[in-house]
Amino acid sequence: MNKNKTTGKSEEEENHESRRDFLKTTSILTAIAVSPVAVSKAAEYNLGEKINHALETTPVNLTINGIKKQLAVEPRSTLLDVLREQLNLTGTKKGCDYGQCGACTVHVNGQRVLSCLSLAIMQDGKQVTTIEGLSKGDELHPMQQAFIKHDGFQCGYCTPGQIMSAVACINEGHAENKEDIKEFMSGNICRCGAYPNIVKAIQEVKNGGQKI
Amino acid sequence: MIQFQFERASTVKASVNAMVNNGNARFIAGGTNLVDLMKRNVMTPTKLVDINAVPLKDIQQKNGVISIGALALNSQVADNKIIQEKYPLLSKALNAGASAQIRNMATVGGNIMQRTRCSYFYDTTLPCNKRQPGSGCGALDGLNRMHAIFGTSKDCIAVHPSDMCVALVALDATVVVAGPKGERRIPFEEFHRLPGSQPAKDNTLQNNEMIISVEIPDNEFNKNAHYFKVRDRASYAFALISVAAALNMDGKVIKEARLAMGGVAHKPWRLKEAEKSLVGKQATEEVFKQAAEIAMQGAKAYKYNAFKLKLGPNVIVEALKNAAGLV
Ligand SMILES: Cc1cc2nc3c(=O)[nH]c(=O)nc-3n(C[C@H](O)[C@H](O)[C@H](O)COP(=O)(O)OP(=O)(O)OC[C@H]3O[C@@H](n4cnc5c(N)ncnc54)[C@H](O)[C@@H]3O)c2cc1C
Ligand code: FES
Ligand code: FES
Repeated sequence: MNKNKTTGKSEEEENHESRRDFLKTTSILTAIAVSPVAVSKAAEYNLGEKINHALETTPVNLTINGIKKQLAVEPRSTLLDVLREQLNLTGTKKGCDYGQCGACTVHVNGQRVLSCLSLAIMQDGKQVTTIEGLSKGDELHPMQQAFIKHDGFQCGYCTPGQIMSAVACINEGHAENKEDIKEFMSGNICRCGAYPNIVKAIQEVKNGGQKI
Repeated sequence: MIQFQFERASTVKASVNAMVNNGNARFIAGGTNLVDLMKRNVMTPTKLVDINAVPLKDIQQKNGVISIGALALNSQVADNKIIQEKYPLLSKALNAGASAQIRNMATVGGNIMQRTRCSYFYDTTLPCNKRQPGSGCGALDGLNRMHAIFGTSKDCIAVHPSDMCVALVALDATVVVAGPKGERRIPFEEFHRLPGSQPAKDNTLQNNEMIISVEIPDNEFNKNAHYFKVRDRASYAFALISVAAALNMDGKVIKEARLAMGGVAHKPWRLKEAEKSLVGKQATEEVFKQAAEIAMQGAKAYKYNAFKLKLGPNVIVEALKNAAGLV
């Protein structure tokens, strides 16, 4: 693979990152387009990434994957956008942004919720776990291992949400049998249709009986 | 989403006070309906009052009545041992709604107050009398497959989308609300309203009133109750038609019956005449079919929802058969 001499990154990695930067910039521009005059002024003065501070922000304390963070959030920001855009935790995915797909599933105080319908300002003082917080260093979480073993994905876009949901499904006691798993995992849509293998992965972890 | 002022309230009094003099303020609980609608500019409150710190999460039993706090989560109610044993209909209806993640966020108060899922209500470029009074009803001559067959008006044919509310209306629940002048109690059947000429009004709650709890009286329906929901996919979809059926049986004879339908009207639709027809009868498929026929009297279909006239009685019979243990 061709590596860039100065950055040491492959072309693919660079393309990927610049695509991500592009997406970030465009979503900021969208935010500006729909915002009131004061906000557009901030754009005029080329505040770029600091756009959030130009808006009226409120301090919010969150513990994310065990690390305490003090953030300044705009009241309209969802937890999903704060995770992805402010904290660069892009493991949590935005599928629909309207509560209809489950790609954005995270744990708040140990319960699975949809981060796209959660206002960040309402999470003050809470513990948030994302897919990035599931593994212990390089050691994958048993559910991550089971998804790999059973081929629980194809494109992988729904996978972080599936895995967060799957862990909660077992902890809630809703993984007693195949029917239960299917019903209580129905909030996670997989366009690739990896459902049977996802169920197998969950059953394996459930039957393994380890604390997750 | 437009900008809004954000405020937290930790008592019922402070929550109600925060609403005074601001017709454009809204409570926010789980946010699963309100945030969705705000993102689409269907709802544009200028102030949000976060009521999550108000201590209204408890589920308590006293004097033969169960009281469920307005902030109890849908998942918490569905998994509650007392609810599962004494009011299994409610637990089943809750688990038939939304997804595990959404039920972990959605509250009882928010579920009662959720708005219709009519696609004309959701699309701000299309007419909708509920969203924008006077703009017309796009669904009337439009894509109305999901729409109502009972109690419609020329101004609105939307349905109330909740599953939980179908069980609550069947179980004779009462909604307890608090306002600037104190508390009042609203029988569940009178809480939601029919659209008439004012479809913008979903229910009879005033803007400065807050739901604080829901009460369900003691009943003998725990052994023979079933919630049957028909939808476009096996789970995680709104009802085309759902039926809550609860029977109090003495052997094979029906002593008392409760029946309600979802997905058919602007409010959870109680079927009292059909209930009466069941009392004193043997639980047989024939008897259930007669009840279903009575239940469907007065139903009126539109261009794309005529299938509901046929589906309705079938869902009623299936729900009753399941409740009576005939399947
Ligand atoms: C993808 C998806 C699928 C769904 N599927 C289903 C389904 O199949 N069946 C079903 O029944 N539901 C379904 N739902 C809807 C879900 O049940 C509701 O969104 C939820 O119950 C709303 O509760 P909440 O606490 O999140 O309300 P919020 O969004 O916080 O509030 C909703 C409304 O209620 C008002 N409100 C909240 N609490 C109070 C109170 N105590 N007093 C007065 N007003 C109050 C708010 O001001 C707001 O107007 C689905 C939702 C989504 C996003
Ligand atoms: S992105 Fe949150 S449910 Fe689809
Ligand atoms: S793996 Fe592609 S969407 Fe699920």
